[in-house]
Amino acid sequence: MLQLKNITLEKEGKKILNKINLKLDDNRFYVLTGPNGSGKSSLAKVIMGIESPNEGEIWWQDREITRERIELRAKEGIAFAFQQPVRFKGIKVSKLLELAAGTKKIRGCGVLAQVGLCPKDYLDREMNGSLSGGELKRIEMATVILRKPKLVIFDEPEAGIDLWSFQNLIEVFKKLRKNYHGTILVISHQEKIMEIADKILLLKRGKLEEVEKIDNLRIRQKCGCRGGCIHE
Amino acid sequence: MNKLEKKLLKQVNDSKMTGAVNIRKNGKTWQRKNSQWVTIKDSQDGRGLEIWVKDNAPMAMVDIPVLLTESGLIETVDNNFYIGKNSKVVIYAGCGINNCGTKDTVHSGRHRFVVGQGAEVKYIEKHYGEGGNLGQKEINPVTEIELVKDAKMMIETVQIEGVDQTERVTKAVLQAGASLVINEKIKTSGKQKAISSFEVKMVGEGSSCRVMSRAVATDVSEQKFISNIVGNQKCFAHVACDSIIKDKGKVTAIPKIKANHVEAELIHEATIGKIAGEQLLKLMSLGLKKEEAEEEIMAGFLN
Repeated sequence: MLQLKNITLEKEGKKILNKINLKLDDNRFYVLTGPNGSGKSSLAKVIMGIESPNEGEIWWQDREITRERIELRAKEGIAFAFQQPVRFKGIKVSKLLELAAGTKKIRGCGVLAQVGLCPKDYLDREMNGSLSGGELKRIEMATVILRKPKLVIFDEPEAGIDLWSFQNLIEVFKKLRKNYHGTILVISHQEKIMEIADKILLLKRGKLEEVEKIDNLRIRQKCGCRGGCIHE
Repeated sequence: MNKLEKKLLKQVNDSKMTGAVNIRKNGKTWQRKNSQWVTIKDSQDGRGLEIWVKDNAPMAMVDIPVLLTESGLIETVDNNFYIGKNSKVVIYAGCGINNCGTKDTVHSGRHRFVVGQGAEVKYIEKHYGEGGNLGQKEINPVTEIELVKDAKMMIETVQIEGVDQTERVTKAVLQAGASLVINEKIKTSGKQKAISSFEVKMVGEGSSCRVMSRAVATDVSEQKFISNIVGNQKCFAHVACDSIIKDKGKVTAIPKIKANHVEAELIHEATIGKIAGEQLLKLMSLGLKKEEAEEEIMAGFLN
């Protein structure tokens, strides 16, 4: 479905991604993990078209899209939830959801309820600083779910949300895992998210390793930690 | 009223005109209607209107749109509003210019308000221009406000497109407990120029003022925002000037706040910048082209 061939990304003379080869199959749940600065977000941005690789090819549904623009990738079914949700002065939540869905009216807007927000409390709110980090994060998730993408990438969905919201987030992912027909790639450090993954991708210093399950990762990392971190 | 005038009127006034109405067309009153609570009459010097709202009006509506379709018409209008105590009133005061000719068309309107004790006024002003590029379309509103004790006034002023040149002046004096809220939105494109200045004196204890100005300047257009807020008593003021610039657009923000009393709390914020890159990326990741994303961001900003 999605294939990366020898993807290399350099910034300021430093190799962020080093000859990455990766294949993501249909309808699978992947977690991409690794230490801070290992290139996880950059890899996700390369897939979405936000970053352009210096070398290598990206293939999506048997077609090369390495130089294709962001909006075209979006139209072809790739979606990306930003780690830091973007604020917009004057744009209401309902408008952003309409843009995401590509329709004028959002029917009932069950998607907000799906991410744990009451639609009537949020549809008329502005996407500005009056919303908390956790609220923005949930709305960000709603925008990508609404697109009904074939591949959806979540960049550290747990970042910046409180512990209570985190429990809720796990439920959102479990439901997505169960009901969603498409491929999910989540960048995360959280064991609880890794536990529901089909496969874990471990990125270290721009190099990618693949491990099947969380237990295998623990063995490989020699890490018995239950605190939810991945040690180098 | 012909089709063009009807279309122009719709651009600057979307109210149902259920109350008192005075439609001014090409320098003359075209239609006038008074209501139970509002009387509109020509001023004694013949330079404009006197609008009298009775005391205790429960919800008076006033529409005073101005339409100019004759190229080369230059007019100055003085309107005086007397708002009775404890009344509530909504005033629509749009100005639309259609100038397809070669001469400049200019409307300069001076609006003086005396808002009585405990009265509440909502003043909605929409300016719009259309027509060719040969004759200028210029609108210069001056609004002078006196808010008596505990009076409230909210001004929504919008200039979305087509006005080549504008110089807006708003002056207000606030007595004790009075409150003034101004939301201004101006978009300029092409070679358009807009200047907006505010001068608010808070002379009464417990008065408050909030000014929110949002500006979008594209192409080679220019805007200037000047504010001068003075607090003479225990009072509160918050002025925010927020601008997006695109292409070679220019925006200048000149703030001045002066506290003459230790309990005066005055805040000024000004932000000028291009559309944030991450805003564009987010909307592009939802399938919008870069140009479409820019339009949505600017439209939302001025919404």
